[in-house]
Amino acid sequence: MELLAFGDTGWGDELFRATLMTIAVSITSMLIGFSFAGIFTPLKLSKFKSLNLVANIYTTVIRGVPELLVIYLFFFGGSGAIMFVASMFGYNEYIEINAFITGSFAIGIISGAYSTEVFRGAIQSIDKGQFEAAKVLGLSKFAQFYKITLPQMLRLAIPNLSNVWQITLKDTSLISVTGLVEIMRQSYIAAGSTRDPLFFYSFAAVLYLLLTFLSMKLINKLEVKYSRGY
Amino acid sequence: MDFELMINSFPKLLNAAVITLKLLSVSLIVGLFIGLLFAILRLNKNVFINKFAYGYSYIFRGTPLLVQIFIIYFGLGQIEYLRSTFLWVILKEPYWCAIIAFALNTGAYTSEILRSAFQTIKPGIIEAGQSLGISSKIIFYKIQIPIAIRQSLPAYGNEIILMMKGTSLASTVTLMDLTGVAKYIISTTFKPIEVFIVAGGIYLFMTFIIHNVIKFLEKKYSFN
Repeated sequence: MELLAFGDTGWGDELFRATLMTIAVSITSMLIGFSFAGIFTPLKLSKFKSLNLVANIYTTVIRGVPELLVIYLFFFGGSGAIMFVASMFGYNEYIEINAFITGSFAIGIISGAYSTEVFRGAIQSIDKGQFEAAKVLGLSKFAQFYKITLPQMLRLAIPNLSNVWQITLKDTSLISVTGLVEIMRQSYIAAGSTRDPLFFYSFAAVLYLLLTFLSMKLINKLEVKYSRGY
Repeated sequence: MDFELMINSFPKLLNAAVITLKLLSVSLIVGLFIGLLFAILRLNKNVFINKFAYGYSYIFRGTPLLVQIFIIYFGLGQIEYLRSTFLWVILKEPYWCAIIAFALNTGAYTSEILRSAFQTIKPGIIEAGQSLGISSKIIFYKIQIPIAIRQSLPAYGNEIILMMKGTSLASTVTLMDLTGVAKYIISTTFKPIEVFIVAGGIYLFMTFIIHNVIKFLEKKYSFN
């Protein structure tokens, strides 16, 4: 138990900070994922075949390729890509982007592919009559989206989004390969310096279980909130 | 774009894909048995057996696969007692550790898929079997299991693809699977995009094949 003490003697405070880091990366990735879904869901539902194709390539490729490979692409390719863009603006110094941003982007793109599918499914399962009714009432496209599509979509999407959240939360463990000190990386460091991997990895497992358990409780509350009237 | 690198790395990556497929197939076969066993335990009326099976699937589905591999590969080797048993022959090999972790992981998901399939079987079908005087053992093996397998094909197809992606974690315990070799080539050539395209293409090709095989099986065993 003294291994988990706070302060210089134990790993308690380090692991606590690492847990906060995991939460921060997960939330950031999820939000980046939502922005990707915000772009690709309309493309998926578009009337134009070419736009559908673009969105389908995104979701198919990302969901068919291992998360770790995507992370390596961003880890090794991220600063190269940024430097390439910077060089077009005449900036030729070496740029290093930090592990938090690279990691959140890599996981965000993966999470976005799953979110896109969830939102697409949710919008498609809204009764078509609703849109017709909105048109008849003379609602603008904007009002139709915010007052009719969005609230219903959220209600339908929440159960599946909670799955996406679980996947995203667990995927953040893979960012540890880039050196970002989240739960997995901190456990690796602690296991290495105390030579007690069994204890620290098991404790990491407990932390992840706790996070998934608590977030499920929270999401269930949201689900109840958004299902009022049903 | 460095096309020469892409062409040169293709055979290396293809060789590594064979290891990925080996890891995948062995884990899936073992995982299927584990999944079936725990699905049956979940349906048991005994609360303790039931809770035990639920706990297993909850823990393995609630923690990242990476933690599971690390516990088995780095953690179990720490137990002195294990080192003196025959199990050590298996547990010192990263290959077998990866397979144990994958099989236990996919077993947890498979048990959930099969459990829900068992639960959606219409009671009328079982009652029909009973009224024909078929023993409950035969009802289980000849009626419930085939129907459950058919029911769970689409979800299981997804699980196979998820597991194929999961095998990439074998590279974290020194195995040179497709992702492991891809990472090695990236870190020696610093050409991540080219290698990603080739390795990702191989993964997508495997996904495509798995997807179509499952689709074919679904059609073949459809009820109509």
